[in-house]
Amino acid sequence: MANNSSHITDYKVLTRVLLVLMFLTFLTISVTSYNLAAFTVTIALLIAGVKSFLVLSYFMHLKYESLLLRILVSIVFVLFALIVLITFIDYSYR
Amino acid sequence: MTHNTVDKIEYVSFLEHKGKYKGLFSWIFATDHKRIALLYLYAIATFFFVGAILGLLMRLELIAPGETIMKPQTYNGIFTVHGIIMIFMVVIPGLSAVFGNFFLPILIGAKDVAFPKLNLFSWWVFIFGSVLAVASQFMKDGPPDTGWTFYAPYSTATGTNVIMATTAAFVLGFSSILTGLNFLVTIHQMRAPGMKFFNMPLFPWAIYATAWIQLLATPIIGITLLMLIAERLFGIGFFDPNLGGDPILFQHLFWIYSHPAVYVMILPAMGVITEIIPTFCQRRVYGYKAIALSSVAIAGVGFLVWGHHMYTSGMSNQARWFFSLLTFVVAVPSAIKVFNWLSTMYKGSIDLKPPFLYAVSFIFLFIIGGTTGLLLGSVATNVQVHDTAFIVAHFHYIIFGGMGFAFFAAIHYWLPKMYGKMYNFKRANIAWAIIFVGFNLLYFPQFILGFQGMPRRYFDYLPQFQTGEVISSIGGFILVSGLILMVYNLVMGVRKGEPSPANPWNGSTLEWQIPSPPSIENFDEAPVIKKNPYDYN
Ligand SMILES: [Cu+2]
Repeated sequence: MANNSSHITDYKVLTRVLLVLMFLTFLTISVTSYNLAAFTVTIALLIAGVKSFLVLSYFMHLKYESLLLRILVSIVFVLFALIVLITFIDYSYR
Repeated sequence: MTHNTVDKIEYVSFLEHKGKYKGLFSWIFATDHKRIALLYLYAIATFFFVGAILGLLMRLELIAPGETIMKPQTYNGIFTVHGIIMIFMVVIPGLSAVFGNFFLPILIGAKDVAFPKLNLFSWWVFIFGSVLAVASQFMKDGPPDTGWTFYAPYSTATGTNVIMATTAAFVLGFSSILTGLNFLVTIHQMRAPGMKFFNMPLFPWAIYATAWIQLLATPIIGITLLMLIAERLFGIGFFDPNLGGDPILFQHLFWIYSHPAVYVMILPAMGVITEIIPTFCQRRVYGYKAIALSSVAIAGVGFLVWGHHMYTSGMSNQARWFFSLLTFVVAVPSAIKVFNWLSTMYKGSIDLKPPFLYAVSFIFLFIIGGTTGLLLGSVATNVQVHDTAFIVAHFHYIIFGGMGFAFFAAIHYWLPKMYGKMYNFKRANIAWAIIFVGFNLLYFPQFILGFQGMPRRYFDYLPQFQTGEVISSIGGFILVSGLILMVYNLVMGVRKGEPSPANPWNGSTLEWQIPSPPSIENFDEAPVIKKNPYDYN
């Protein structure tokens, strides 16, 4: 429990992140009006991925945590991406 | 922690420790990891016997062709309930909740888990989920008849209590997630001074890998079961082809959790075996790092092989090829462990005490289960035996022959530490022999029946299968009588057995360096670790 000192993020940064998140939400909705065929899910997941990256790094302070913790969380995302990818080995060849 | 040298207070074990509450409340509101472990033990042992009785009822039904003791619908209910109880309430929590809770903190030199109150909460959630699961059997629509796999679209259409049973599985999943999270933080934050990751005993390593699976995979089954419930209530169309859904999506989501769940069951079992073998051979474990890292490898690769349950479900050919390849890859780390156990035994001074007998039979049965698993991992042979009794046999060799025997090995190994009493060896050996014979008689014929085409989950069969079915049923009764003798022996040991010394097996890990049963704080002073845990020579 050595580095328990919590980092304080500037309100300006948080507001900017919030605006980006709102923009991305708007983007998620607006791309549904285009027919992207097979890429519909890919695009939606990519935007969601960027959003969760922002939330984790800024709102959940992962950006200021130890390297080990950041690596562990990244592994989870890599695993999740792999699982989605592998599922689509089925869907894209069926 | 200096006062203990001046006035030596009389030793009080965790069993006699006086806390805030008295009597029953001192148990069900206990935050001590050892008491919570025993709470899990009693609950899980009870559920195990309920599940076993349901299994026996199925064996009775199958002792002769045609209707023997129950109607087909009852049979469907019974195999479903047997599955739900055994999987979600016995084998998934089993080793990690009982022995993980009791021995993980001790083995890493900690006083307790990282979040003791959360630990108690997990137990309560587990009990709540279990009550829901049992209740789903008695509610007015009748027990669910989908099998424990809840496959859509049947599970979206059947009139039985599917919603309640899936809610129960959902709640039980929460307990599993919280336990996993607790253990992860415990291992990262609570290790004794000097205990690096590669100084940890191998049971904590196995629990570590398991905890990651519990934390990451369980939410997926949670969401899947919620989707199933939503489908039933609102007809959304996730899985039902009539509504534009895809039933294979359910199988993907279900097995993305349920294959890793197999490793939640078997990894701690391998961890237990890895503790027992060096002790009863008095030899340093062979290939420490290989065993530790193979647990992590199994957990990692185990996430990517779920499709081997779906070769015949209409999945794409490319996906089948891919899953088959990875299934063969994941067999490698398991085999590494087996070779390491055998090499540890080689030239050791082997002591055939009851825990070791169970550990060796674990290896024997696990090899049968594992190699028949390869037969199922290969697409061509899988198509032949899919959904036959062969699957039932393979599965029980892994889960019962593996996790079950490891659980029995663990209880015979650690009972003297947990209660400070010793059981009768002779009776333990006889019980082991009966269980081992009964187990093989029960499940081995099902390999052959499966090859001959006997489907699984069938209430009736053609006369040609009767010999095998009868042998299997006889084995079932032998097995259960062995289990009763084993439990009787253990209970008698706890109640009337000889007091056990602190280190009855001459073990080298930390739990054997403290009194039996341990005190509420485990250690008077935090131990300082300087060497590998398995130093015998
Ligand atoms: Cu599997």
